[in-house]
Amino acid sequence: MKPLTEGIPKASVSKKENRFWSKAFQQRYLYMMSLPFVIWIFIFSYVPVWGWLTAFQNYKPKNSILNQKWVGFDNFIELFQDERFYLVLRNTLAMSTMGLVVGFTIPVIFALLLNELRGQFFKRSVQTISYLPHFVSWVVVAGLVTKMLSTDGGAVNQLLIYLHIIDTPIQFMAKGELFWGILTLSDLWKEMGWNSIIFLAAMAGIDPELYEASTVDGAGRFRKMWHITLPGIRTTFMVLFILSIGHLVSIGFEKQFLLGNPLVTDFSEVLDLYALKYGIQMSRYSYGTAIGIFNSVVSILLVLIANGIYKRVTKESII
Amino acid sequence: MQGYTQRSVSDKLFDTFVYVFMVIVAIVTLYPFLNVLAISFNDSIDTVRGGLTIYPREFTLKNYETIFGFDGLLVGFRNSVIRTVVGTLIGVISASMMAYTLSRPDFQARRWMSFVFALTMYFTGGLIPGFLLMKNLGLIGTFSVYIIPAILSVWNVFIVRSYIDGLPYALQESAKIDGANDWTIFWKIILPLCQPVLATIALFIAVGHWNAWLDTYLFNNRNPGNTTLQYELMKILLSTQTGSNYRDPNAQQAIAAVSPESIKMAITIVVTVPILLVYPFLQKYFVKGMTLGAVKS
Repeated sequence: MKPLTEGIPKASVSKKENRFWSKAFQQRYLYMMSLPFVIWIFIFSYVPVWGWLTAFQNYKPKNSILNQKWVGFDNFIELFQDERFYLVLRNTLAMSTMGLVVGFTIPVIFALLLNELRGQFFKRSVQTISYLPHFVSWVVVAGLVTKMLSTDGGAVNQLLIYLHIIDTPIQFMAKGELFWGILTLSDLWKEMGWNSIIFLAAMAGIDPELYEASTVDGAGRFRKMWHITLPGIRTTFMVLFILSIGHLVSIGFEKQFLLGNPLVTDFSEVLDLYALKYGIQMSRYSYGTAIGIFNSVVSILLVLIANGIYKRVTKESII
Repeated sequence: MQGYTQRSVSDKLFDTFVYVFMVIVAIVTLYPFLNVLAISFNDSIDTVRGGLTIYPREFTLKNYETIFGFDGLLVGFRNSVIRTVVGTLIGVISASMMAYTLSRPDFQARRWMSFVFALTMYFTGGLIPGFLLMKNLGLIGTFSVYIIPAILSVWNVFIVRSYIDGLPYALQESAKIDGANDWTIFWKIILPLCQPVLATIALFIAVGHWNAWLDTYLFNNRNPGNTTLQYELMKILLSTQTGSNYRDPNAQQAIAAVSPESIKMAITIVVTVPILLVYPFLQKYFVKGMTLGAVKS
């Protein structure tokens, strides 16, 4: 902040400096209200990035980060040689891609249909109900899902038996190959209503004259949905979609942790969970950090690629 | 004429389809909660017979009596309430304070501060460096680990800021002429005008605190005094899922007497009800807040 004064003629600087400091003094309350948070964000968001150095060390917590044994890329080499890593990467990409496809198309359809509803009270009630699961924790959702899919009295099994689709209850939670689907559907159940908010808002922003004009031209309801409503939300959709692509590898592990069990780990373990297992539970901090760095680098690359493709197709950029 | 009636028939069919679809969505969303509610009020031995839907067969309050007898749960409930109240107060004040300074066009440090904040939305240190930071700051095993790392959310700062940007600047200028300083302007003028957006972020922050279990799992798993309600629920959930026993010996006995299933359901309801009581009333605020944030980003 303080200008360098050495070697510059004194009079001209001190005038400028005086102006700066007198303005800073005038704005002292603004500084008082913001500087503590700047320090806070520096500690909690910037210092951890400094911690990336540990990935290139054999980190031992008893020493400071500068006083460690440097090992170069050993942690990364070990990571890329671990077979488990590729399995975990497969799970991560499979679940995030499924989440991306389902998590975007269904909320758009939901918003589209809500938009067609005439009765305001009914519409508002459905919306309120559909937001509920978003506010409930994943712990609760995992409990509900396990309950609904359980073999003794779970609603899904009961319904399937009642409809004569199956004879004996299916052990949904014990079948690894079903895990991705269960996770994706649970996520959809939790977030569908919430994710539709933005699309509904974008639809509300479409110029009503467009609809009137097309009515005059004799367009039916589906035509209007296809030619006016959907193009009207295109930009919103693309922005959100490209931003989500950046999260393809960093999908977190909360849901997988809570819905998974030892029987299905080959399908439920994701990168962050793997990092947690090695990094914290086995205290191999450097190895865990290396996984985290891999995560971040791939995320950034994916966003750039997605943005590049989008730019090429539409000549617009998101970032 | 023919065309007209045909269209209205297909229109009616489509309307019916939309209504049916929406009713199914509502049922699929609500049924699990109602089912759990019914089980939580049903006699646990009777529950084992199965076949419960959305109303209890043999009504009882015993499940709730049992869970409110667990020490761990009571401590967790207390901690969850404290962290939600304190954390939300701090989060709202700090986000709006920061947002106010960043919205002032004449503030010297505005540009570089905005940059410092915006940049953090594009990267994170990651799980392990974050964990090591908490360790080095001595926050592990303390209650502050719930509050201090969550003082501010950059996302909320930007939501509030775009709201303040929409307020007429002349209000601040006239207050200044009347001799008010920036501190009083913030508390007396900005904060009262920001109520709708503050309600939105308060809801987000409160729900975040109330629902958090991961920080307890990572930082306070060896300190039962700092446990939270969600974490206790998670422990019961995982233990009944894998068949191992819930660790608290006190609780183990009680669970044996009632049945883990009923206990789980009763806790689920206790955890869900506060949210249910709050969010519908804030709906018009958070819908606006969500849209505001999305437009800005």
